[in-house]
Amino acid sequence: MADCTESKIDIRGTGMYLRRGGSGEPMLFLHGASGVAGWIPTFQALSETHDLMVPDHPTYGLSDEPEWLDGMEDLAMFYLDFLDQMNLEGVHLVGNSLGGWLAMEIAVRNCTRLKSLTLVGAAGIRIAGKPIADIFMMDPDDLVREIFVDQSYADNILNMELTEEQLDIQIRNRVATARLGWQPRLFNPNLRKWLHRITVPTHVIWGDTDKIVDPAYAAEFGKIIAGSEVTMIEKAGHLPHIEQSEPFVEAVSGFLQSKAA
Amino acid sequence: MKAFMFHLMPYASLDMSERDKHPSAWITLPNSLYDPKIGHELYNRYLDELELAAEVGFDGVAVNEHHQNAYGLMPSPVVMASSLARRTEKCKLAILGNAFALREHPLTLAEEHAMIDCITAGRLITGFVRGIGAEFYSLAANPTLSHERHMEAHDLVVRAWTETGPFAFEGKHYHFEYVNLWPRPYQDPHPPIWCPSLGSTETIEWAAHPDRKYVYAQNYSPFTNVCKFLDQYREVAASQYGYDASSDQIGWTAPVYIADTDEQAVEEATEHMEALFNKFLYLPFEQLFPPGYMSMQSYKRVAAHKRNITGGAKMETLMENGVVLVGSPETVRKKLIECHQVLGFGTFVALLHFGTLPADKTERNIRLFAEEVLPAIQPLSDNEYRGFEPAQAAAE
Amino acid sequence: MKVFAFHLMPYGALDMSYAEEHNSVWLKLPNSYFDPKIGHELYNRYLDELELAAEVGFDGISVNEHHQNAYGLMPSPVVMAAALARNTEKCKIAILGNAFALREHPLTLAEEHAMIDNITGGRLITGMVRGVGCEYFSMGVNPAYSLERHIEAHDLVVRAWTETGPFAFEGKHYHFEYVNMWPRPYQDPHPPIWCPSQGSTETIEWAAHPDRKYVYLQAYSAFESVLRYLNMYRSVAEQNYGYTASSGQIAWSVPVYCAETDEQAMEEVRPHIESLFNTFLPKISQSMFVPPGYMTASSMKKIFAHKATLRGGQKVEDLMQRGVIVVGSPDTVRDTLIERHRQAGFEHVLIMPQFGTLPADLTEKNLRLLGAEVVPALQALDENHYAGFELSAAAAE
Repeated sequence: MADCTESKIDIRGTGMYLRRGGSGEPMLFLHGASGVAGWIPTFQALSETHDLMVPDHPTYGLSDEPEWLDGMEDLAMFYLDFLDQMNLEGVHLVGNSLGGWLAMEIAVRNCTRLKSLTLVGAAGIRIAGKPIADIFMMDPDDLVREIFVDQSYADNILNMELTEEQLDIQIRNRVATARLGWQPRLFNPNLRKWLHRITVPTHVIWGDTDKIVDPAYAAEFGKIIAGSEVTMIEKAGHLPHIEQSEPFVEAVSGFLQSKAA
Repeated sequence: MKAFMFHLMPYASLDMSERDKHPSAWITLPNSLYDPKIGHELYNRYLDELELAAEVGFDGVAVNEHHQNAYGLMPSPVVMASSLARRTEKCKLAILGNAFALREHPLTLAEEHAMIDCITAGRLITGFVRGIGAEFYSLAANPTLSHERHMEAHDLVVRAWTETGPFAFEGKHYHFEYVNLWPRPYQDPHPPIWCPSLGSTETIEWAAHPDRKYVYAQNYSPFTNVCKFLDQYREVAASQYGYDASSDQIGWTAPVYIADTDEQAVEEATEHMEALFNKFLYLPFEQLFPPGYMSMQSYKRVAAHKRNITGGAKMETLMENGVVLVGSPETVRKKLIECHQVLGFGTFVALLHFGTLPADKTERNIRLFAEEVLPAIQPLSDNEYRGFEPAQAAAE
Repeated sequence: MKVFAFHLMPYGALDMSYAEEHNSVWLKLPNSYFDPKIGHELYNRYLDELELAAEVGFDGISVNEHHQNAYGLMPSPVVMAAALARNTEKCKIAILGNAFALREHPLTLAEEHAMIDNITGGRLITGMVRGVGCEYFSMGVNPAYSLERHIEAHDLVVRAWTETGPFAFEGKHYHFEYVNMWPRPYQDPHPPIWCPSQGSTETIEWAAHPDRKYVYLQAYSAFESVLRYLNMYRSVAEQNYGYTASSGQIAWSVPVYCAETDEQAMEEVRPHIESLFNTFLPKISQSMFVPPGYMTASSMKKIFAHKATLRGGQKVEDLMQRGVIVVGSPDTVRDTLIERHRQAGFEHVLIMPQFGTLPADLTEKNLRLLGAEVVPALQALDENHYAGFELSAAAAE
């Protein structure tokens, strides 16, 4: 049912796997540590009003593993190249978890091609005494359970029979995340001091029961990023766009409409 | 054959009921379970044991590095090697190993090894290891960079040991404007380098390379794996690099316990050996293999066997698989001679203390090994080795 | 008073013709000048000398850290302290100091200190230093962050030594998710911390702080400067922090040579002490010893003023007269040190019994004479023999 095209595009010599569907203002969704689980209902819903792009970051999923990628800064610069090459303007940038961190790294460098920023359970900064859960040390099964409030989502994932290719991607994604975020653990100590450079309307969306990145971070981002709004999604963990698709899409659309008005 | 005594220096007094409340004896096991008064006694007892080994005729003594754990209390084997430097006279001091690439500045270790080599007039053996997975949590080093940093740290250290300084080292992970090691090592060109490993193909291929020909030491593993990996080293040397690896390049490490009879040995060692494997060594999978620590291929192979390494080791199985050597002097001697016939290792590293083994039994173990086994294995050479058959190795 | 023997372990066999091509024995002096065979002899001789000091009655023995140079062959004082750990029984072993903040991972040093403290049953003293300026070139560490890293590394290490792990350390320069030190140190709460220094105001103020009250050790300088800096510590305690510093917080390090008579001492020591000052010692006239940002501008100016006289061309007579060194018969040395104590009231003195090219036989004689004739008299000194500290007098200086 996926109303999207999937292709591998070339960005300055790096092959990037891109899902794209719908029409309207461009929206770029940046995935988190575990990659993209296909064209989920949330993407379908967002693509009804937007030209939605959901890439696999380099080294993740089906994208290339480029030599040049040594850290989050490199990835942010890569996405600025991507925006230039695709000649995208007025982009609504959405990032979940590690992708939220990446979205901020992009935005503090250059907002000119952006129209809004949406952070969903974003990593990237550290509140002293409130570490992001150590997703590397946790048993992967436990991790899946911690991500969701509704354990039926976890059951579905844990009961899935993975193909060899899916298994490889899972391992690759895990390694890619460690490459970007092992030390310091999933944040950039310098990011906080540059967040004032985000000059587009910013929406902070959080699962009210996020056990990976504590909801305290939602409040923190709301405080640091000038003019940002915070929306808590009820009965959602770290992936509210999966667990509470409808309220999530409503929240995203509502915010963007209010800013467009 | 050269025989070494290796010590892990575990915190043998660990309260096991407290230990069992935690996932492992590593990283997050609270250090409130460590009592420095007992630690003082243990450190000195363990050092005494190594000095005893030197005294009773072992060719060398060996220590290694592990952080934040009760399994081995040597975050710095340099401290132990230094302490042993002037309390031993002839034996080799083997640091098996130090994790150079866990440091942002591997030259600090290179300096320390050079100092010890100078103090001991060239009795140092340097082991290059990456550190086990748990270390990447405790030292906050990125495991995905482990392999390439390990290589680069090695190149930096060997250049620092052998080239006249100052020179600039312009690597990817390490960059120094002025490398100029004072002191230089005593041995020319530098201390022998050993690669202790659990059997990674990358390590074997790297160690066997003709530019290096480093001693590959297989750490405690079932004997079939020991055979597989040591033969793989010879195979790689022969087929990839076109030379015959000498038996001097091959080493094996195993826990050993000797008592008067087989029955007595098993009875005395069981509790302590099982403590080694099940209480001290055991690590949850994610702590043992953090992301990127191994190649995708190795990772998948290990992950497939994940359920098999969840602790619960039994003495009988350990003995049966040849992970440990336990028995009367006669049994252990025969077993080692037989293994040498099959494998032709030039170095045997005996772990004569393990887990909770108490002082009196450790001392007797060391003395029995020295009296009853050393004289029989030290004369062993390639004459007793059946020789390497590439086809057979490939088939295994 | 507690008397320590401090060794730099210089490469005394240095080929002095080095000076034709090189302007310093630091950083860039090619290590081809180091002969490992001779190094082997020297290391063991020097360790013997420290063990002898312990045997003849010194309260402690001491080593320190310098990289890539012929002045002091101990890039790792940990190696030396560990080598001494089981060859001494009662004496303190003082690492004065280790440069924790030169490392990206100061906990590796904290672990090593904890190990030595455990092995020795609590005989370790930990010195925390920033390292001399030159070290920032050899270790590739940015001197501009030196001071703040030093302070943060200290906080990290002390927390690691005293708090039950695991805990996360969330600093500016250091960030660790799991700090959980095995082994913990033997001493409770941790080994005493000393701050060896050349007299930087920042160090003095930091060390004297009531949360720390660390022993401030003034490295060898003209006695006038020594007195000034030691009194500055007492003044800071009094004025900034409102408490009276005890003499236990005050230490002085000084090269000492003792022979049968004053004349003989002078004669024997001359070439060797002059080699220390004119060849081996860092020369602050050279930019590699004062890299940018290593100290505050005001400290730098002050140090220049006080050390200007310590540049090359030193004569033993001048050095003695200015109290940089103490040389003479046992009576002279004893009387001089007693008088210094009367003036400055230090409870710890670090005697350097070997320096520069001083050979084995003279070093041994020096140690034995000191042990027999000087150390016991110093050990008997306490606050009663100190003239006392007057804030107004110190301020006037």
